[in-house]
Amino acid sequence: MKELMQSLREASIKAISESDSPESIEALRVKYLGKKGELTGILRQMGKLSPEERPVMGQLANQLRSEIEEAIELRKTILSKVLLEKQLEAEAVDVTLPGKEQPVGHKHPMYNVLDQIKDIFVGMGFEIVDGPEVELADYNFTKLNIDEGHPSRDWTDTFYFTEDGKILLRTQTSPMQVHAMETRSLPIRMIAPGRVYRKDEVDATHSPMFHQIEGMVIDKGVTMADLKATLNLVVEKIYGEGTVTRFRPHHFPFTEPSCEMDIQCHKCGGKGCPTCKGEGWIEVLGAGMVHPKVLAGCGIDPDVYSGWAFGMGLERLAMGEYKITDLRLIFENDVRFLEQF
Amino acid sequence: MKLSRKWLNEFVELPLSEIDDRTFAEAMTVSGSKVEVTEDLSRTISNVKVGRILSLEKHPNSDHMLVAQLDVGADAPVQICTGAWNVHEGDLVPAALHNSLLPSGAKITRGKLRGVASEGMLCSLRELNLTAHDFPYAVIRPAAILNDYHAIDPAKPSIPADIKAGDTVFGKVVAAQVRALAPAGVNLWDTVLDTGASDVELVCDVQNLHAGDLVAYDTAKNRVLTPEDLRAKPEEFPHCITDGILILHEDCRPGDDMGALLGLDDHVVEFEITPNRPDCLCMIGLAREAAVTFNRGLTLHEPAVKAEAGGDINALTKIFIEDPLCVRYTARMVRNVKIAPSPAWMRERIRNAGMRPINNIVDITNYVMLEYGQPMHAFDFACVKGGEIHVRCAREGETIRTLDGAERKLSPSMLCICDTEKPVGVAGVMGGANSEIVGDTAMVLFESANFNGTSIRRTATALGMRTDASSRYEKGLDPQNTYRAVQRACELIELLGAGEVVDGVIDVCPNELKQTTVKLEPDKINALLGTDIDEATMRDILVRLGFTLEGNTIFVPSWRADVEHYSDIAEEVARFYGYNEIPTTFTGGITTAGGYTPLQQLERRIGECCRSMGLDEIITYSFISPAYYDKIRMPADSPLRDSLRILNPLGEDTSIMRTTILPSMLEILTRNYNYRNKAAALYEIGRIYRKRPDGMADEPKIVSLGGYGEKMDFFTLKGWVEKLLKELGTARPRFVAEKDNPAYHPGRCAKLFVGDTEIGVLGQIHPLVAANYGVDAAFYCAELRFDALDAVKGALPVYRPLPRFPSVTRDIAVVCRADIPAGELIDCILANGGKYLKDCAVFDVYTGSHVLPGMKSVAFSLTMRSDEQTLTVEHAEETVSAVLGALEKNFGAVIR
Repeated sequence: MKELMQSLREASIKAISESDSPESIEALRVKYLGKKGELTGILRQMGKLSPEERPVMGQLANQLRSEIEEAIELRKTILSKVLLEKQLEAEAVDVTLPGKEQPVGHKHPMYNVLDQIKDIFVGMGFEIVDGPEVELADYNFTKLNIDEGHPSRDWTDTFYFTEDGKILLRTQTSPMQVHAMETRSLPIRMIAPGRVYRKDEVDATHSPMFHQIEGMVIDKGVTMADLKATLNLVVEKIYGEGTVTRFRPHHFPFTEPSCEMDIQCHKCGGKGCPTCKGEGWIEVLGAGMVHPKVLAGCGIDPDVYSGWAFGMGLERLAMGEYKITDLRLIFENDVRFLEQF
Repeated sequence: MKLSRKWLNEFVELPLSEIDDRTFAEAMTVSGSKVEVTEDLSRTISNVKVGRILSLEKHPNSDHMLVAQLDVGADAPVQICTGAWNVHEGDLVPAALHNSLLPSGAKITRGKLRGVASEGMLCSLRELNLTAHDFPYAVIRPAAILNDYHAIDPAKPSIPADIKAGDTVFGKVVAAQVRALAPAGVNLWDTVLDTGASDVELVCDVQNLHAGDLVAYDTAKNRVLTPEDLRAKPEEFPHCITDGILILHEDCRPGDDMGALLGLDDHVVEFEITPNRPDCLCMIGLAREAAVTFNRGLTLHEPAVKAEAGGDINALTKIFIEDPLCVRYTARMVRNVKIAPSPAWMRERIRNAGMRPINNIVDITNYVMLEYGQPMHAFDFACVKGGEIHVRCAREGETIRTLDGAERKLSPSMLCICDTEKPVGVAGVMGGANSEIVGDTAMVLFESANFNGTSIRRTATALGMRTDASSRYEKGLDPQNTYRAVQRACELIELLGAGEVVDGVIDVCPNELKQTTVKLEPDKINALLGTDIDEATMRDILVRLGFTLEGNTIFVPSWRADVEHYSDIAEEVARFYGYNEIPTTFTGGITTAGGYTPLQQLERRIGECCRSMGLDEIITYSFISPAYYDKIRMPADSPLRDSLRILNPLGEDTSIMRTTILPSMLEILTRNYNYRNKAAALYEIGRIYRKRPDGMADEPKIVSLGGYGEKMDFFTLKGWVEKLLKELGTARPRFVAEKDNPAYHPGRCAKLFVGDTEIGVLGQIHPLVAANYGVDAAFYCAELRFDALDAVKGALPVYRPLPRFPSVTRDIAVVCRADIPAGELIDCILANGGKYLKDCAVFDVYTGSHVLPGMKSVAFSLTMRSDEQTLTVEHAEETVSAVLGALEKNFGAVIR
């Protein structure tokens, strides 16, 4: 009997270790340990043994049972691991195939730049104001110290709605200076971005509609030194820290002194290259101290208050930022263009 | 404005060797005169020397080329071959030597011409980028040299090949041989001709003769004939041409640098002058700026006229200003005028300033304009009828042919210079051809006048002729400058010996010219600039700029009409103190809060939401074509057709302000469709412009959505709108079928409401509208009022506890009339479902053989939940039966 058990042990352990599926293991379990299994068959022969042998054999048989059970468990664990590996292998995908497309929309590149600028100014305590595009000549010109004979008032330059030239499409966002001064309480710190219109034929650098950002500060004791500091900060935020700037005299009827602000060409570091047309500098905006006449015309006492203002073109800024070479792309709205930003 | 650095030195010493281009440009730019570009003219020419022709020989291998030995100032002569025949021994010529560069851009190297070495090239005007205006004496008149005759038909030559001296060519014209010739002045030659019978001596003015040449000699007129005289075609005398080498009659020597001789040893600086500074559109103005910028002395010259010829201008002419648009008219006269080229130095300066030399009188007017900034005009006084000048506006119907040859119609707003009969010039713009300076002009009237700038600008614009004069006048010139300028012109007349200046000046100035004064307030200036500049520095800057001070009163010089206020004085001080020396500080004062307004935040949220759904932002023009209203089938009587019209639009396409945003979106969708982009999903938050009774506009914003493509249908569009509303936290929206909007598909269009507020419209674009845009695709658009969205947007969300108990779903299907909108069924279900009903969604709509005609089956999924306990079966059953009861009662809908 001992020999029988020994040979069963050997045969079962071998068979189990060679089994290759959960089904065959189950069949082996039934074969060896089932009610009609081989071990049960051996145990049935216990009756033939002497009373002294029985407990010994019984112990041996139990030991054999647990050995087989262990072998089955072990084999099951191994097999399930193998099976999982097989399954995972079968499930493998070509990771280089494209992902499933997810819809994502794009802000217009110009408004990307505009929002960036708005954030900069809002962070400095500025408000954003909005105003009419269909405007009075009074606001677009007269109150900005632009006299009756000024070329910008010509019908070849400005779009008019009335024969008397009193109502027009604003040619600049500067009338927002007047609106702000007339309607807001002091001090004022505002920017006014928006659409402006000039009678320019469409080409790579011109459009009859484009965008400007106006900015203005009115307070007691505001100086040109403040203008420089604030605009330097803004330009550094747009073009990066350490951007070198230069202010040079210019002329606008509604500011005095007036200036234009240049940044040193980032491409050549000021040596002169095609990007800066050899000048070493790139013009970014026009600015100046609000003309005392304009202040007075808006009911603000220039002896008590002073202010500075600036204006910049948004299209050129965006085109520079994204290296867009043709203004027409901005208003064409081709999705292949829009989706690049 | 182009400035010659060489000429500048006459007024302020700023030698190139000391101040290079970059330093000059940077300093001038930051003091207010912006330099656009600097051109080093010497870079356009190199290694071109003056050469003297020592000898000329015929080229051994060519029938027309000559081989010249030249003295170019070197140890040994150089040999150069040339094809031109206007050269002679002893001539001074421009010789481009080996490795030279010419202003035309050509590079010259040594080489062999038909086997003969040539060390370079002799230059014509063209190769030096010049014309006869620059060297008027360099016009070549060629003789017809019979040796060069090439018959058009070799079988029938007009001149026999064996013709010899004495043979008749035709009539009194005989062949003659040049025996000898010697220079007799510029372009003149003492010539001895062998006419067969006898020798004839004459002075020839043709430049291509050499001893031995056979010419056609007109015995009657005693002239050597040109191909033109013989009525020959150019190909008959291929080498007797007006083109040839520039023979120099300048003060120069062999070896001299041609660049310097042509004035190309100069750097020309081009300025962009702001319109408030017309005083800087001339040498003196820029010299003044440069002198202050570099802190150097300014040398100005007071013109002096001798007028030794006597006479009295007042006896010769009278001047009448008949219109206040003429501020001042100053005139002088010159008699016995000798029209000639102006001297090289003057031509050079005119040329380097970007103008063309013409003749001494015209050049003087241009020179004075460049120097003083005062446009001048010279009239041929013989052509001024009645000997009087009347400055008046044109009369109805008057015309004038201007100097450029164009016939101009004048209008009564245009100021003109007239004689007693007619206009002889358009004031400040251009003179008339009827009084042009010509070769035999004997008496000249110089005009130096001041006109109203705006009037000149409008006239120039209307006539489409912006000239050097008008572009200066239009900015408003200094009326005090007219006298000095006319004096300078007359001084130059005397200097050039171009005529005799008549004594006296006529100077008409009807109104007294005002003197502007400004108070010097150093504290105010420093307060404005944020600086601490001392008063002495301010005074010094002002004085050097030509201002005068008496105590604290600043007298503004007449040429600075732009200065009238203390802030202008601040700018003058700041410019030369240095804008970049002004410190940088941050505004003190009261801090402002800043930030985005709720409306601005809403706009941002809408944009973000649109992009999260995959929509791209677009920017469209605010103006459209009126035809677009027809394209979107807007009814003829629609009030939306009453748009603001631009009276002077660029074109019909951009002539009215849009009252609806739909055409803009459709235009962009169409463009993308035409570009074969498979799909587009777009949004814009743009304005529309609604006319107000006062002529201005209300400019509300519209949220415009649009799309097309495979995944696009009505419910995708509706999904966008629903998500947007959900994002804004509005109450439940209502979509009402809209059949009557002609732009949209009558069966696929809805009006959108939240509560009673109409938000807008959405739907598929009507196929007829799509056809109007030339597309056969389905476009989907929505137009939502931004202000309405603002009105219905939800408050800040309040936290609701998450459900603690599971929910139960029951699906029901009911059959009802097919025309009952599902939305109404849902409203009914939600209204009657009781407190356990949390949601209701349609998951199927069926019409077909399993339901009766005219009926449909709609399947709903009801979600029920109790907030207190796990929902019991009884509660669920109650809810479902309440729902079914209500559907049956309200719509006759029965469970399927």
